[in-house]
Amino acid sequence: MPRAKLEADGIVLEYQQPRTGSCFRALDGIRLRLEEGEFACVVGPSGCGKTSFLHIVGGLLRPTAGRILIGGRPVTGPRPELAMVFQEPSLLPWRTVIGNITYGLELQGRATPEAIRRAGEIVALVGLAGFESHYPHELSGGMQQRVNLARALAVDPEVLLMDEPFAALDAQTRELMQQELLRIWRDAGKTVLFVTHQINEAIYLADRVVVLSGRPGQVKAEVVVDLPRPRPLSIKRQARFLEIEDRIWGLIEMDARRALLTGTSIPAPSA
Amino acid sequence: MTLRIPRRLSGEGGIARVNRDKDAVLPYVEVATEGEKTPAPPPGFWTRRERAILGCLGVAVTLGLWEGIAALRLVDPLFLSAPSRIVRAGASMFASGEIWTDLRVSGLEFAAGYGMALVGIPLGILLGWYRRLYYLVDPILSALYATPRVALLPLLIIWLGIGIWSKIAVVFLGAVFPILLSTVAAVRTTDPRLLRAAHSFGASDLQIFRTIVLPGSVPLPGSVPFIITGLRRGGGRALVGVVVGEMVAATAGIGLMISIAGNTFQTDRVFVGIFLIAAAGVAMVEALTRLERRFEKWRPPVGTGV
Ligand SMILES: Nc1ncnc2c1ncn2[C@@H]1O[C@H](COP(=O)(O)OP(=O)(O)OP(=O)(O)O)[C@@H](O)[C@H]1O
Ligand SMILES: [Mg+2]
Repeated sequence: MPRAKLEADGIVLEYQQPRTGSCFRALDGIRLRLEEGEFACVVGPSGCGKTSFLHIVGGLLRPTAGRILIGGRPVTGPRPELAMVFQEPSLLPWRTVIGNITYGLELQGRATPEAIRRAGEIVALVGLAGFESHYPHELSGGMQQRVNLARALAVDPEVLLMDEPFAALDAQTRELMQQELLRIWRDAGKTVLFVTHQINEAIYLADRVVVLSGRPGQVKAEVVVDLPRPRPLSIKRQARFLEIEDRIWGLIEMDARRALLTGTSIPAPSA
Repeated sequence: MTLRIPRRLSGEGGIARVNRDKDAVLPYVEVATEGEKTPAPPPGFWTRRERAILGCLGVAVTLGLWEGIAALRLVDPLFLSAPSRIVRAGASMFASGEIWTDLRVSGLEFAAGYGMALVGIPLGILLGWYRRLYYLVDPILSALYATPRVALLPLLIIWLGIGIWSKIAVVFLGAVFPILLSTVAAVRTTDPRLLRAAHSFGASDLQIFRTIVLPGSVPLPGSVPFIITGLRRGGGRALVGVVVGEMVAATAGIGLMISIAGNTFQTDRVFVGIFLIAAAGVAMVEALTRLERRFEKWRPPVGTGV
């Protein structure tokens, strides 16, 4: 068996409740393997710990138990070969688009003229050409999210960790960005761990969909997506695609219903 | 009807016209690009200047009423003075040159005390950054901030005499706490989401400080002056310090001049002093507002938050 690019081994995370002092288990023994160049998606109901898990993989949060290995080496903190695209807005409001995109390079001391030039290309790649000197507040939510993606791509990471990066986009832009992301992934040969709410987004993108159950987050199933690549957008209406979608929806339906009753939600499969 | 689409929305700065054809089912929007010249009618003189005109009108009416009351002797001018008398008193004070000494002394006290109070910015950054240091001094700072600084005047006069130094000290004490505490607040409220993003790229503490904390809290070129609020409040306190300080004990200054004029029923001169101080306050607020605007290009309009 080839050595995994990314390996999560029995990840447990407990949050301390600040008021009661009691422990809340958010993740319960997550196990996951990503081969080099693989594209995996994580789906699960809201609040099941997807963001927390991604932060742990990225070395931003220490798990209560378990460990993360990147290329066989344990993760103890942020690593330059990883880059994250955050779910929440995290652009520096006082930097322009291009200033934000080169921010990661700058922090890693790699802002060479060559890297800056490549950052310029990435701007075009994410469809923001002409907006280089705009400030984040002058952009729409979707455009901001693309700056976020560009900032992660600019450091040319081996592993991309993406937390619902397209959630704020309208349906059309989202589909185009999905296609664009697959193209980037194919050309650059990156390993991607992609978190999403949307089952059909996960299937369209991934080689493998990891289904988490809610509270505490556990791996409920792993579904291999055996659709051929490259995938046209029309693949989302093919029988095989819908079959996989049905299967995943069946797996999380119970959790989704429970989440609904406790006030959290997951969109229906057609969403 | 002509709508001007904000540049941000249209991306082109075009001009749109909502067409209300009788036949059209729905009004549709025509967007004219820069190329097709569609000059918008210039807004009328009145709409452009409405605010300034009404403001001046308010002042004029107030002064007119005041003058009228004095002219009709409804109230003894000994108590109320009158705009014309104040102007005359002011002119003679400037002509004889007596007021210049007072202005210079007060100005010096203000400038020196306020200038020294700017030390609150680096101190505030330090306290905001080192949590434990902040915990250590927080009770003392809060107590000093809550105490009206002019209550310390008798002490300051005992220590520093009735010359300018006691006033510089009270101005300093008045201004330094608002400046310091708002800097602390700016540093401490640094957005955790930005910190997390920086950490994910392996940022060092120094890098985080330089790229997030500083631009987020201090007025540097290309950064945000949240502490301008502190500078403004500090400026107000400094002005109070100058005037009250001089009224309590001084050898020169506008506060002293007002105090003497008041004790000798020279109402006109009292008003000259009051107007000078008011003008200084307005000028200061205006200067800080301009400073703020210079840093504001990256900031969303007020109310939307960052
Ligand atoms: N800093 C924290 N302190 C305490 N509890 C937290 C903290 N962050 C998250 N949690 C809890 O842990 C659980 C998982 O949160 P997380 O943000 O990882 O979920 P998620 O799957 O990303 O949700 P969503 O799909 O809505 O983004 C939630 O129940 C949340 O309340
Ligand atoms: Mg999340």
